[in-house]
Amino acid sequence: MNRIPTGGLIDRDISIPFTFDGQKYTAHPGDTLASALLANGVRLMGRSFKYHRPRGVLTAGSEEPNALMEIGEGADRTPNTRATTCEVYHGMVAQSQNRFPSLKVDMLAVNDLLSPFLGAGFYYKTFMWPKKFWEAVYEPIIRRAAGLGRLSGQADKAVYEKAWAYCDVLVIGGGPAGLMAAFTAGKGGAKVILADEDFIIGGRLNSEKTEVDGKPSHRWAAEMAAKLREMPNVRVMIRTTVTGAYDGGTYGAVERVADHLADAKGAPRQIFWRIVAKHTILAAGATERPIAFPDNDRPGIMLAGAVRTYAHRYGVAAGQRVAVFTNNDDGWRTAQDLLALGVTVTALIDTRTDVSPDIDCPVFTGAAVVGTSGRLGIERLSVRTSDGAVQQINADCLAVSGGWNPALHLTGHMGGKPTWREDIAAFVPTPNSIPNLIAVGAANGNFSTLGALKEGMAAAKAALKDLRLKQVRPHVPVADDAQGAVAAYWHVPDVKGRSWLDFQNDVTVKDIELAHRENFRSVEHMKRYTTLGMATDQGKMSNMGALAVMAELTGQSIPETGTTIFRPPYTPVQMGALGAGGAGKGFAPERFTTTHDWAVARGAVMIEVGLWHRASWFPAAGETHWRQSCDREVKMVREAVGICDVSTLGKIDIQGPDAGVFLDRVYTNMFSTLKVGKVRYGLMLREDGMVLDDGTTARLGENHFVMTTTTGAAGPVMSHLEFCAQCLWPELDVKMISVTEQWAQIAVAGPKSRDLLAGLIGDVSNASFPFMGCGNVSIGGVNARLFRISFSGELAYEIAVPAGYGAALMVELVKRAEALGGGAYGMEALNVLRIEKGFLTHAEMDGRATVADLGMSGMMSTKKDFIGKVSSQREGLLDPMREQLVGIRPVGPVRQILGGSIMVDVDAEPIRENMQGHVTSVCYSPTLDGMIGLAFVKGGHGRIGQTIRAVDLLRNLDTLCEIVSPQFHDPEGEKARG
Amino acid sequence: MRIHCPHCGERDHREFEYLGSAKLLERPEGGDAAAFHDYVFQRKNPTGENAELWQHVMGCSAWLHVVRNVTTHEIIAVKLARDVKEAAR
Ligand SMILES: [Zn+2]
Repeated sequence: MNRIPTGGLIDRDISIPFTFDGQKYTAHPGDTLASALLANGVRLMGRSFKYHRPRGVLTAGSEEPNALMEIGEGADRTPNTRATTCEVYHGMVAQSQNRFPSLKVDMLAVNDLLSPFLGAGFYYKTFMWPKKFWEAVYEPIIRRAAGLGRLSGQADKAVYEKAWAYCDVLVIGGGPAGLMAAFTAGKGGAKVILADEDFIIGGRLNSEKTEVDGKPSHRWAAEMAAKLREMPNVRVMIRTTVTGAYDGGTYGAVERVADHLADAKGAPRQIFWRIVAKHTILAAGATERPIAFPDNDRPGIMLAGAVRTYAHRYGVAAGQRVAVFTNNDDGWRTAQDLLALGVTVTALIDTRTDVSPDIDCPVFTGAAVVGTSGRLGIERLSVRTSDGAVQQINADCLAVSGGWNPALHLTGHMGGKPTWREDIAAFVPTPNSIPNLIAVGAANGNFSTLGALKEGMAAAKAALKDLRLKQVRPHVPVADDAQGAVAAYWHVPDVKGRSWLDFQNDVTVKDIELAHRENFRSVEHMKRYTTLGMATDQGKMSNMGALAVMAELTGQSIPETGTTIFRPPYTPVQMGALGAGGAGKGFAPERFTTTHDWAVARGAVMIEVGLWHRASWFPAAGETHWRQSCDREVKMVREAVGICDVSTLGKIDIQGPDAGVFLDRVYTNMFSTLKVGKVRYGLMLREDGMVLDDGTTARLGENHFVMTTTTGAAGPVMSHLEFCAQCLWPELDVKMISVTEQWAQIAVAGPKSRDLLAGLIGDVSNASFPFMGCGNVSIGGVNARLFRISFSGELAYEIAVPAGYGAALMVELVKRAEALGGGAYGMEALNVLRIEKGFLTHAEMDGRATVADLGMSGMMSTKKDFIGKVSSQREGLLDPMREQLVGIRPVGPVRQILGGSIMVDVDAEPIRENMQGHVTSVCYSPTLDGMIGLAFVKGGHGRIGQTIRAVDLLRNLDTLCEIVSPQFHDPEGEKARG
Repeated sequence: MRIHCPHCGERDHREFEYLGSAKLLERPEGGDAAAFHDYVFQRKNPTGENAELWQHVMGCSAWLHVVRNVTTHEIIAVKLARDVKEAAR
């Protein structure tokens, strides 16, 4: 086994059992899945995406491209979890992915033998034709063979939360720079959030054998973290990845609260944070980059910094005989550290010729690795020495370092482009790429520990100054100041075989050469042609190498070649976290009327109308089909009395000396002339002349109106009125407020409605409450409003009471209605009643209809200006052949009409060019004993009495109809006035 | 984006609803069809600063006159639309 006898930030006294691909292993607290597997001698951890090549762990961080696992069982199974960041918990079940039948014997590795045919652009070239083969044959095969982990296919039972946080200074990353920045800002009294994606604070300080202030660096980090946690103005957030930078100092972050626990004990699994910061200090460190050489993807080949992390932080030797391949001084450190721990180092291979490392192992300068061998893991490597000879070296681990890339990703999230620094052969953040964000330490290309500490402090001081907070001068710890020299070296030239750049998407140096040959030379083209950088690591490992290869091929410099744009998220974010709170009932708010519980108890079938839940129909004993209930309820209203909760209509209370003038300007018809105690129907237009909404407005007092809107338009109409009052006519003395929720409103409709109310209220005859009258009444001592309005065409009233009395009023009204042969009715009956009358809903007021189209031109006042007046007179809107609202009734053998059918002339082919309009609303009318509909028909007002067809091509119905007036029932309106 | 509502303070943009150009404040007087055509349909499409109307729908319901850089999303100035309209009279 590979556990080094002592050392590491793990608790060796406790053993945690877990399984990987069914095999039992143990880990210690502090281990990641990757470190535990390495400690147990497991090198093979996955198969690559396309060629199913065996892969081992490459890194020790969130940039890991290879060691992706499925964690958990059943609905809890999470695919594509990076073993390098996944903490092992008791009983964890981990599985490798993208292999069949097992990791060691993957039959789909045959893809690797086919690789000469599967190169870059393969999908584009091969599967162009025959077209129908794509869906039927190619895609299923590719989906089977290529892929990452499997989804569980079950609903995610875990709980996610979302939260907001606000701070003066957000510090991203808890390495030396971040710790110093947070400490300085905290001392100065700033409200600080320090977020780190790791489960312990310290960054590389936990991975290196170095000292800060005379202490082991990991201990200094732990002490600093403890000091920060004691400051009341500092919040330390571990397991928290800042995933995106957005406008206005807003950052997205994911906190993994319970992913590392065997039992979450009710805690949310993850929290998606939105953090608003006045200043941000990016101290995210750097990621090491590999060097491309033939067969550089064999398990056991790892980044040199990761080898050190496994050794120092986890007490794990990544191999027993380790070779190091580097282009920089940092690689030497790996060899030295391993030797100090008693691990055999079989070779240090440095690409540079002008260096002479003083290290007690075989050293090759001016040399390069040109190949590796070994089944399911490296056993030997071939080194081409400075004189051109090739030598074999034994190694079960090859530590590779190609230098470090600053983790500048967040600075690209608002479109910023990084700056190339030749001296460190890396891109660094361009200042001000994100307003009020400063990058420090390794994230800014400053790779020395002391430099990171100083930059972190300086950034915090600048923030304190800007915030006008206390200036502080903390002690600068003693630390290593070595930057480490590097000579750019991206891939080993003049070699045979495949040198891998993108381990996740299986892209090689040759693929980039092919893209260049085929003229996909712009970085964005090259990326899409080869799929480089498009896997879950988003090119963290591969982008720089590919850029460098393309730069060589085009003869341009790297900055001239360009850089791909980094977009959020920095690391993959689970949909569950992004959608926290939005699953199931959380998807949208629900609105309930005051009579909801009563309706449900009565057995009503409910329907969602926007956010509202309303009773659709009330089944009576023996009724098994909605039509039976609906027909009965319609007849009940037409012949006796029906009761319906209409509280969902928008109600807007409008008051002020100028309220009447205001209404004149927003409605097409006059309201300032409306008498107190009267109600008027009104139409409202948009400024472009189209109908916005309709409804009734009652004048309760000289300066007091109550407007009703349709249920769906309540919000938009309220915004529109506020716009008119605040933006167009602020000089008008008028105020308005929505009172939809404050008043319950119930319709009492039918010829016996007056009888019903006479027993409850008293005299509501035509003399005291004429048609379109309104006034205050008392019901059982409760002040109520009574409106003589009708949406059914019958003699009808609506009663409004304060919401708290809604349910009691409903019970009383239904009881009295039932005694008169009536009862409650729902939305289905309400809809039939209004279609029979030709009354409008937003199926007709669809945003394309003018007042003239709806046949209501008489409501356009000529005595005043109003919103939409001028635009409604545009030439095109006056065309007599516009689609106009009519009624339709079947007159042929087919007696059915379907909503949404298109209208065509009797002899015309039902194609778009012949379309004469469409059906907006249909119903079976018990009153007329047949189906009826409302429809828009070109020039329809002039075609009353003609025939036309309503055709539904999807549902195969072709109905010969007569065009009639939309007022099917009681067109003179005598019943409502009765 | 963060918008500073003069009534409520700085809030996330999701509390607000966007309407369009602040040109909508300048509704023509009288019945000139050409003036209304311009008012209803013609919009500048600037890069950089633009004056816009937003409503604080999840807050105080105030209509706001917001000067915003549409390239960088920087919010440059926020006033009550009512005040801007009255000042123009
Ligand atoms: Zn506000």
